[in-house]
Formats: sequence, C-alpha cells, structure tokens
Amino acid sequence: MTAVYERELDSQLNGLTGYVYGAIMLLFAGIYVMAFNLEGSPDFTSVLYSMKWIALITIPLLTMRSVAEERHQKTDQLLYSLPLGMTKIVLGKYLALVTVMAMPLAVMALYPLALNAAATAGHVALRSAYGALIGYFFLGMALTAIGLFISSLMENVGLAAGACFLVMLVLHFLAPLARFISSSGLVSLIAFTVIVLIVGLLFWRVTKNGMFALVLSLVLEGGLGACYALWPDGFSGLFGQVVEQLAVFDRFDNFTYDIFDLRAIVYFLSVTGVFLFLTVQVMERRRWAS
Amino acid sequence: MIEVSHLTKRYGTHTAVEDLTFTVEKGAVYGFLGPNGAGKSTTMNILAGCLAATEGTVTIGGHDIFDEPIAARRQVGYLPEQPPLYMGMTPREYLSFVARAKGVPTRELDEQLDRAMAVTGVTEVADRLIRNLSKGFRQRVGVAQAILGDPAVVILDEPTVGLDPLQIVEIRALIRKLGKDHTVILSSHILSEVQAVCDRVLMIHRGRLVASGTPEELERQLSGQVIFKITAKAAPTEVRQALEYLPGVTAVTAEAGADGRTEAVVETADTGADMDEKLSFALSDRRIPVLRLEREQTSLEDVFLALAQDEPAEEKPRKRGGKGDKA
Repeated sequence: MTAVYERELDSQLNGLTGYVYGAIMLLFAGIYVMAFNLEGSPDFTSVLYSMKWIALITIPLLTMRSVAEERHQKTDQLLYSLPLGMTKIVLGKYLALVTVMAMPLAVMALYPLALNAAATAGHVALRSAYGALIGYFFLGMALTAIGLFISSLMENVGLAAGACFLVMLVLHFLAPLARFISSSGLVSLIAFTVIVLIVGLLFWRVTKNGMFALVLSLVLEGGLGACYALWPDGFSGLFGQVVEQLAVFDRFDNFTYDIFDLRAIVYFLSVTGVFLFLTVQVMERRRWAS
Repeated sequence: MIEVSHLTKRYGTHTAVEDLTFTVEKGAVYGFLGPNGAGKSTTMNILAGCLAATEGTVTIGGHDIFDEPIAARRQVGYLPEQPPLYMGMTPREYLSFVARAKGVPTRELDEQLDRAMAVTGVTEVADRLIRNLSKGFRQRVGVAQAILGDPAVVILDEPTVGLDPLQIVEIRALIRKLGKDHTVILSSHILSEVQAVCDRVLMIHRGRLVASGTPEELERQLSGQVIFKITAKAAPTEVRQALEYLPGVTAVTAEAGADGRTEAVVETADTGADMDEKLSFALSDRRIPVLRLEREQTSLEDVFLALAQDEPAEEKPRKRGGKGDKA
C-alpha cells in the first residue's frame, strides 16, 4: 500500500495537478481572509464557510486522474496483476489524494495565528477556527472519496472531471433543492419508485442478469408499496428528509457556528467508507467484466 | 507449475476461451500461438490474475488463482500487450515502485533492481524519463517489471508487437535468456517467433486448444501428409508404375524433364521417417537411378495459415506490424 501511496503522491506532485489545486485553495483563502478578517470581523470560520463552493472545482481537479488515467493508459493492468488486494490499492491512492488535499489546509492553519499576531481585526478565536478547519478537512475527505469513486467509473479523465463537477454541484445545492420538494406522501412514493427503477437498471447493467434485476426491483417495489399502504402518513415529506440527509456540504455548517459537530465527523467518515467500498467493488468488478 | 483445467471465459454471448485445459511444466519457454482474436490475450490475462474466468480453474505453483489470488499472483510476472508504464517516471523510479508493490524487501531492493535492469539491458537509460525512450526500451522496462520479485512464471503477451526487426531480435534473445531462470509463457500470432524462441507450443484457435507439443512434434502431428520430390533417370510411366502402388503413397505426378529424366511429385500419407527409403528401394528394385529425392517439409506455418483461413470473416486476422514482424 505504501508503494501505491507514494506513486500516487508522486504523480500528483510531479504533475501540475497538486500545485494547481494548492494554488486555487490558497488564492481563495487569501481573498476571503483579506475580505473578512483583515478589515472586518476576526471570524476565521466565515472564510471556511465561504470556501465550501471551491470544492466544485478542486475535488474534480484532484481526483479526476486517479483511476480514469490508469484505465486510459492501461496501467491499471499492472495494478490488477500485483500481489496486492484491491482494498490496499484503493486506500493507497485515496490516502495520497487526502495528503494533497490537506497540504493547503496545513498552510491555512497558520492564518489564525498570523491574524492574531497582526491583530488587525481583533482576536481570532483559535478553538473555533481550528475546529472548523478540522471539519473542513473531514468534509474534504468525504468529497475526495466521492471524487475517487467517480474517477473509477470513467476511462476518460475529462469525463471524470465533468461528472465529478456535476455531482459536487448537485450535492452543494441539495439542501436548498430539498426545500422545493413537495411534502406529499404520494410524491415521496413516486420518487422512491423512480429510485428503485434506477437501482434495478444499474444492477441489470452491472450484472447483465435481467431476471435478477427484475426480481430485485419487484421486491423493493413491493416493500415500498406495502409500507405506503400500511403507513401513508410516514411518507409525508420523507423524500425531502432523505435528500437533506445526503447534503454533504451542509453538514459542515455547524462547525462555522462554533460547534465541533462529532455527528458530522462520523457522517463524513461514513460517506468516505461507503465510497471507498464502492470504488473497491467497481475496480474488482472490472476484473470480472473487462 | 501451471495447471489450467476446463477454463472458459464468456463476454455476454461471445465465448473468448472455451474449455481450455493444459499444463505448463517448470523451466521451459512456452509459446501460445494463434491468430488474432483466438483468445490468447484473454488466457494470458486470466493466468496473470487480471481477469476472472467464467468457468474452470487455474493453479499456479499449487495456488488456485481464484481462491488464493495474492499467493498465485506472487508467482507470476506479467507483461501485457501494451506495457503498463508510467511515462512521467524514469525506469529506475518505476521499477522501484513495482518492486515495492510486489513486496520485495528493502534490503534486496537495489540488488533486484540492478539485476532486472542488467538482464533486460535498461541500465543505460535507467534515469531517463520513460516517455523519452524508444519502443524497444519501453518493452524492456516492461519485461524488467515482470521479472522483479523473482517470479517462477513470466507471462509475456505479444512481446514483439510494434517493434522494428532489430528490436525483435533483441527481445527474442532476452526471452531465451529469461527461459534459463523462469518458466516463460509468451503469446504470439507470429509463427517464426514461436518456432525461434519456444521449447513447446500451445496452439489456440477460436478459444480452444487445437494442438500442443514441441514445434517439431506439431509439424509431424498436424501435417497429415508428406510430399517427396524425386528426379529419376527413366520414363515418367516407369516412375509412376514403380511408386503408385507403394503402401502409403496417395498420389504420383510424373513429368518428363531434360536428358531423359523424370521429375516426380509423390504425396504420401505415411509420415514415418523411413518413407524416403521405401521410395528409394521401390525405384532401385526396378533399376531406376534416383538422382534426387527430397522430403518437402510441411511447416507449422502451413498448419497455422490453414487455421487462420478457417476463421469466420469477422475474425480475420488484422494486419499488425509489417515484414518486420516475420523477421
């Protein structure tokens, strides 16, 4: 795993990607610090809150090549033939991406201290600032895992970047969008039905087993229908709530209110775990289907 | 060393490899020969652990590739058709990465790297970027990564494709060198390559093993008939009468040549080594002087071409490389 980690880190730092990522992060951090902290409030968390949207650019940039490039260049065949488990390969790649992701954050960790030393806009609350920085790091971990997963689905680096950008965009605006969803139970039922059909189609595409996908869809659909028949009130507003739960970006907000939200950290780690697991599955699956 | 049993690989409705069974013994160079699309790369990929099979088993050094994949893959070094090289690295950096990923202990790392680079002849370009190397050197770096970790089996998928004639000669010499320390399996659609390099040949066609043995054995097994060309000092009728009823002879064509000689072509079904003696005695019994008696070899190439021509239209071999490939 160490070898894979070092190679991935090397490829990020020997190419432009790592530096462009770091430059974008530090550029915007500098702009927001100037705008908010140098002449205004001493609240460093508002800088991090404003920097959430930058993930729309930086996460695709950071993760797009990680697996898609290997597939495109056919170097993934080396990875498949190595006496290493796929989990170790994916973890090695992921940890290298997280290392690069954390580098500008390490530089930004100096900003609260620098602001306090300059004392231009009052005293920066260090506990709150570093709490938010840790929260931002965990948010970055979750988003990086999602980006790595998307890269593992693609063979074209540009497509991987585009798809990752779209997913980040949707995730970023998920909470505001969820508010527009009707709270009617029937709307929730229809939305879940569509999701079940999509899951069935995905299973069919992955397993090439139409009967299995059909049976799975019917079982899920049956369960959904039974639940709705027995408990129609429970469906009221349920889809909106589920969508809100998926709004990864908004989980960070508590950190900017001086709350060290452990539940959010567990959430970020769970998202990371799920997407790393899915990445391993996608790559292992390719051994069967390629 | 390797036992493949009833191996089948299907892609949807297309069967790439069907019920393949063979054994690879330790310490020889095996050639996996077949036209393009015959299922060679699929089989190589399965042996290297890059691809799972639909049915069947593969055991490498006693480890089942599907049940104990890590232990089995530890026994194998693999060079795919397109060498899996990171262009932004130097051969030394790249090989160091592969060696560590294969679990070569740190204390042996430098020694293994130096040995692999020396064997494959990449020491002189060890610190140049791979993207700046010629195709021949890239192939050598690919072979070097395959032999790192000292695997018992080295699998090379079409190792000379796209190389110029000189590079082909060099890579073939390298493969023969590797055969002294490893069991080597190489796939190729080029007959001359397999004949020049391999101790044993596995001939595959439409995903099935159609023949196996040494190149010489295969020629004997598969040729079916041997043709003799004879020049004798007699009339064509005499020559024909002397030979056409001989056991094993299937056809005799005799034509008058210059100076009262006859040029005859004798087709025989008897592939035994003493057929030429029988023909010679049959002519001398009738006091016909034999001026020339020549066995015409039916080469492996004839058999291979027959297989290739037997392919359906969509599987006709693509032209890859040029005359250099046949060098």
